[in-house]
Parts: sequence; structure tokens; C-alpha cells
Amino acid sequence: MDWQGQKVVEQLMQILLVISGVVAVVVGYATESFRAMMLIYAGGVVLATLVTVPNWPFYNHHPLKWLDQSEAEKHPKPQVVAKKRFSKK
Amino acid sequence: MHSFGYRANALLTFAVTILAFICAIASFSDNFSNQAPSAQIQILNINWFQKQPHGNDEVSLTMNITADLQSLFTWNTKQVFAFVAAEYETSKNTLNQVSLWDAIIPEKEEANFWIQISNKYRFIDQGHNLRGKDFNLTLHWHVMPKTGKMFADKIVMSGYRLPNAYR
Repeated sequence: MDWQGQKVVEQLMQILLVISGVVAVVVGYATESFRAMMLIYAGGVVLATLVTVPNWPFYNHHPLKWLDQSEAEKHPKPQVVAKKRFSKK
Repeated sequence: MHSFGYRANALLTFAVTILAFICAIASFSDNFSNQAPSAQIQILNINWFQKQPHGNDEVSLTMNITADLQSLFTWNTKQVFAFVAAEYETSKNTLNQVSLWDAIIPEKEEANFWIQISNKYRFIDQGHNLRGKDFNLTLHWHVMPKTGKMFADKIVMSGYRLPNAYR
């Protein structure tokens, strides 16, 4: 999943869960059914899972542009300089 | 959010947190229910009234208990626990409470009831103070929720009196 996708997924997950919670409480209170509240919320959790957890293609529409191989060869990697070790006295 | 496991974990944790909030709201909504229970207890008969070998008084009574506790039930109620206690004062204790009968009411439909019964639990005093004793019969109830806070309250019915002599 690309960065843009990850951001969208996080927001979507939070919004879906909060909305499921709110709808669950409102419907449960209105119908005086605790069971309704729990079922609606469980449904909402399942929905949120299906939408946000799998790596759907539309979360990959903004892939990172990695450096081209030919361009990389023009800029050599920096060399590691051997460090001086300070001896303990 | 870069991996399946990370997203699944984040979602599960957040979902459980919201579940806790939902349950708290459901419990809080119980504060807005209008409760108007009613009850009446009639003592039909004092079956016997004796002093036990150890010196404590014991009474057996038959009561007629009528109550309508339907308004106590909300959408968040699992069951209502109701009990009848005899309450009186002695020189030794300011308050004596002896539980005589109790019941678990699992549904609203069963909360409007009438029962004629002798005391389920023994009415034994700490001592021998019961002759001619004035006492109250109190119907207590505990509304046990599906989630959250339990509410308890009572109706006190006074004016009952035990006989002056053993029978």
C-alpha cells in the first residue's frame, strides 16, 4: 500500500467505526433493543475490516517513484571511512 | 499502516475502544428512564411464633406480595433482583434487616406479579425481642444491567406488628 493509500485507510477505518458506533447506539436506543445495537455495531466492524484491511488496488494509485537504475549509476554511493578506535588506557 | 497485520491490529483495537464507549453510553441512558414501581404486601397469617432452644425468637408468616416492577426494565436490563426484608429496631441493634423472600425477574412480562407464599428464608431474631414488635416490610430491588451501572432502590411499607405472645 502506498503512502497516500495508508493515510486514506487510516481515516476510513476511524470514520467507519465511529459511524457504526453512533448508528448502533441510536438504533438500539430507539428500538429498545440491546441486541440490535450489538448486531449493527458488529456489522459495521466487519464492513470496516473488509474495506480497510485488505490491500485493495485503489490504495495503490500513488506509488512511490523509485530512482531509475540508469540515474542511480551516475551518482555513486558514498564510501564508508574506517573509524579510528580510541584505545582504553 | 503498511502491512496487513498492522492494519488489522489498529482496526481491532479501535473497534474494542469504541465498543467500550457504546456500552458506557448504553449504561448512561438508563438515567433517563422513568421508573414508577409499586408494591403491596399483606400478611395473611402468622403461622407460628416461638422461642428457639438457643433463645432466639423465630416467626413464620404467610404473605401476599403484589408488585408491578415493569417500569424498571430498560433496553439495558438483564434482570431485576427483588427481595422482601423485615426491618425493625431493637435495643441491641438500631436496624435489623431480615430477608424473607427474594426472586429473580428475567423479563418485563414477569415483573407484574402476585404471589402468596410463606417466608422463603427464616425470620430469626438476634435475641428475643419480637413480641409485640412493630416492623416494616420493605421491597428492595436491584436492576441488573446488561452493561454498566446497577441501580437499587426500595419501597418501605410500615404498619406491621407481631403478636404480643408466642403461639
